[in-house]
Amino acid sequence: MINLRDAGAELWEGWNRPKRVAFAILAILAAMLLPYAGRYSLTNFLNTPISSYQAVLVYPVGMYILMALGLNIVVGKSGLLDLGYVAFFAIGAYTAAVLGTHTHLNIWEIMPFGMGAAMIAGVILGLPALRLRGDYLAIVTLGFGEIVRIFIINTPSIGGPNGIAGIPQPPTFLGQAFDIEHPDHFFWLVVVMICVVIWMVRRLSIRRPGRAWEAIRQDEDVAVLMGVPTLRYKIWSFSIGAAVGGAAGVIFASQQMFVAPQSFNYNVSVLILSCVVFGGMGNIWGVVLGASILSYLPERIRFISNARELVFGLALVLMMNVRPEGLLPRKKREHLSEEERAALKATRAAMKASKKSESKEAKN
Amino acid sequence: MNFAVVGSQFFPLLINGLALGFIYVLVSVGYTMVYGVLRLINFANSEIFMLGTFATSIVSTTVFKFNIDSHPSHGMKLLLVLLCCLLASMVTSAVVAVLVELIAYRRLRTKGANRLGSLISAIGTSIVLSEGVRILTHSIPVASPRVLSKFYVFKIHGVGLRIDQMLTIVFGFILFFAVDRFVTKTRLGKAIRAVSMSEENSRLMGINLNRVISLTFLIGGLVTGAAAFMYMTVYEQTVFNVGFNIGIAAFTAAVLGGIGNLRGAFYGGLALGLAEEFFSVLLGSQWKEITVFVVLVLVLLLRPNGLFGEAVQQTRV
Repeated sequence: MINLRDAGAELWEGWNRPKRVAFAILAILAAMLLPYAGRYSLTNFLNTPISSYQAVLVYPVGMYILMALGLNIVVGKSGLLDLGYVAFFAIGAYTAAVLGTHTHLNIWEIMPFGMGAAMIAGVILGLPALRLRGDYLAIVTLGFGEIVRIFIINTPSIGGPNGIAGIPQPPTFLGQAFDIEHPDHFFWLVVVMICVVIWMVRRLSIRRPGRAWEAIRQDEDVAVLMGVPTLRYKIWSFSIGAAVGGAAGVIFASQQMFVAPQSFNYNVSVLILSCVVFGGMGNIWGVVLGASILSYLPERIRFISNARELVFGLALVLMMNVRPEGLLPRKKREHLSEEERAALKATRAAMKASKKSESKEAKN
Repeated sequence: MNFAVVGSQFFPLLINGLALGFIYVLVSVGYTMVYGVLRLINFANSEIFMLGTFATSIVSTTVFKFNIDSHPSHGMKLLLVLLCCLLASMVTSAVVAVLVELIAYRRLRTKGANRLGSLISAIGTSIVLSEGVRILTHSIPVASPRVLSKFYVFKIHGVGLRIDQMLTIVFGFILFFAVDRFVTKTRLGKAIRAVSMSEENSRLMGINLNRVISLTFLIGGLVTGAAAFMYMTVYEQTVFNVGFNIGIAAFTAAVLGGIGNLRGAFYGGLALGLAEEFFSVLLGSQWKEITVFVVLVLVLLLRPNGLFGEAVQQTRV
C-alpha cells in the first residue's frame, strides 16, 4: 500500500521555510473558506441533508478534530488508553456554563478556567490511575467518565439531569459577532484553536516531553531504566490532553448555549477514540483526516446518521485488523546517515526485485 | 446515611445482595478466565451477557408463546421452559464469545500486534454488538414475561427467600463449582492453566494454543450466558446497554478478588453484590453505579493484586 504519510513528509522536508509557510497559510485559508463551500454549485455536494452545513462544520466536525487532537496526545503520543476523555470535555463545558451564568466573565475570560479545571481533573485522575498498567487504565478512565456524568445528573445545583441553559456566547471579536446566525465565525474560532493545538503538539513532540512520551509508548520499562520520569510525563500528557478537551468543552457550551449531561456519555469518548485510531494514532494529520471523515460522513449520508456508533465500532475493528496503524500512519523516526539511507534504499529495492521474481516463478 | 433502614432491612438486603453477587460471580468468571489466558480485558463480555438476556427473552416469547398477560407456568412445563431458556442463553453467549475471539482477537494475536490494538479491537466489537441490538430494538427496553411465579420458599419474621433468588444462588454456586472443578481437575483445564502461566512454554509442551484460547472463551461465554438467564429470571427486563453496568461491576468483582484467579472472582463477586445492595440503601440508589467505580479505583490503588493478595494469586485460574 502506498504510504501517503511518508510521501507527504518527504515533500514537506524537501521544502525551504518560505515554501512551508506559504503552504501552511494556503491550507489554513482553504480551511477557513470551507463554510462557504456549500453555496456554490461546484462544491455544494458537501452540503449536509439534515442539519445546516455550516453548523455541522463547527459541531461535530471542528469539535471532533479538536478533541481527537487532544486525545491523540494521550493515546497516540504516549500510548495510554483513555476511555473517559469525555469527562474533560464535560468539565470544560460545565465550567463555562456555571461561570457564564453566575458571573460576568465572558467566554474568553472563562476559557483559562475551563482548561485549568480540566487539567486539574486530569492530574487528580492521573496521579492514581497512571500508576496502573494499560488495560486497567482503560477501565479506570472509563469509570471516571461515568462518575463525572452521574455526578452531574445527581447534583441539582448544576442543573441535574436538566442541564444549564442561557450560557453566554463569546463577545464580538474584530467586528465578528458570535451568535446563532454565524456558525462560520465559530468555525473560524475552532480552526484557530486547532492550529494552535497542532502547533503546540508539533513543538512538544520534538522536544523533551515528546521524546519521553515516545519512549513510554514504545516500552515503559525501558523508559524507566533510561531515567525518564515516566509518571511525571504521563501526567503531563494526560493533563495537556485534558486541557484541550476542556477548551473544546468551553467552546461547545457557548456555541450550543446549553449543556446537559446526556451530551457527555461514554459514546462520545468512543467516538473520539475511533477518530484517533481510524486516522492513525500518533500522527496529527492522520487524526485530523480520521476525525473529519468520521464526523462528517454520518452527517452527509443519511443512512449512517442512524447507525453512527455502529459505523464507528466497525471502523475500530476493521482498522485494527486490516491496517492497525490507521489511514495515515505515524512516521517512523529514523536517524540515518546518507550512506545508511542509500544502503537501506538499495536493500529495499533488492527485496522488491526478489519478491517480483519469486512471484513470477510461482506463476510459471 | 440511612443506617436505620439497613438495620431493619438487613436480611432482605443480604438475600438481594447474594442473588446479585452470584450473577456478578458468573459474569466475572468470563472476564477472569480470558484475562488469565490472554492478559487482556475482554471488553465484549458485557455484550455477550446482553445477548444472553435477549436470547432468554426471545425463547420464552417466541418459542413458548409467553406474553406479558400470560400466567406463569407450573410443573414439568415450567422446568422445560426454564431449561430451554437457560440453554438458549448459554449457547448464544458461548457462540458469540467464540466468534468475538475469532474476529477481534485471533488475527491480531497471530500478527503479534500490541495490547492497545487488541483492546481497541475488543472495544469496537463491543460497540458493534450493542449498537446492532440498539438499532434492532429501537432502544426500547424489552420486558420478559414472567415464566416462573415468584413465590417465597420460606418466610421467617417477614424475611423471605424468593424462588428466583434461591435458584440464582443455588445454581450459581453449582455452576461456579463445576467450572472450578473443570479448570483444576480435567486435562483441558490443566491446559488452560498452563497457557495462563506461560504461553511460550505451554506451546513447547504441545498444547494447541488456539484451541485452548477458544475453549476459554467458550467456557467464559457459557457461564456468562447462565448469568444472563438468571438476571432475566430475577429482574425480568433487558435493554441494549444492560451489559454496561453489569460488565463494569463484574470486572470490578474480578479485580477485587485478584483478576486471573477463579476463586478470587467468587469472593469478589459476592462482596461486590452485597456492597452494592447495602450502599444503595445507605447513599441512595442514584449513587449505586458510583459505588462500583469507587471500589474499583480503591482496589486498583491499594491492592492491585486483589483482596486475596499473593497467596491466592499463585493459583492462577
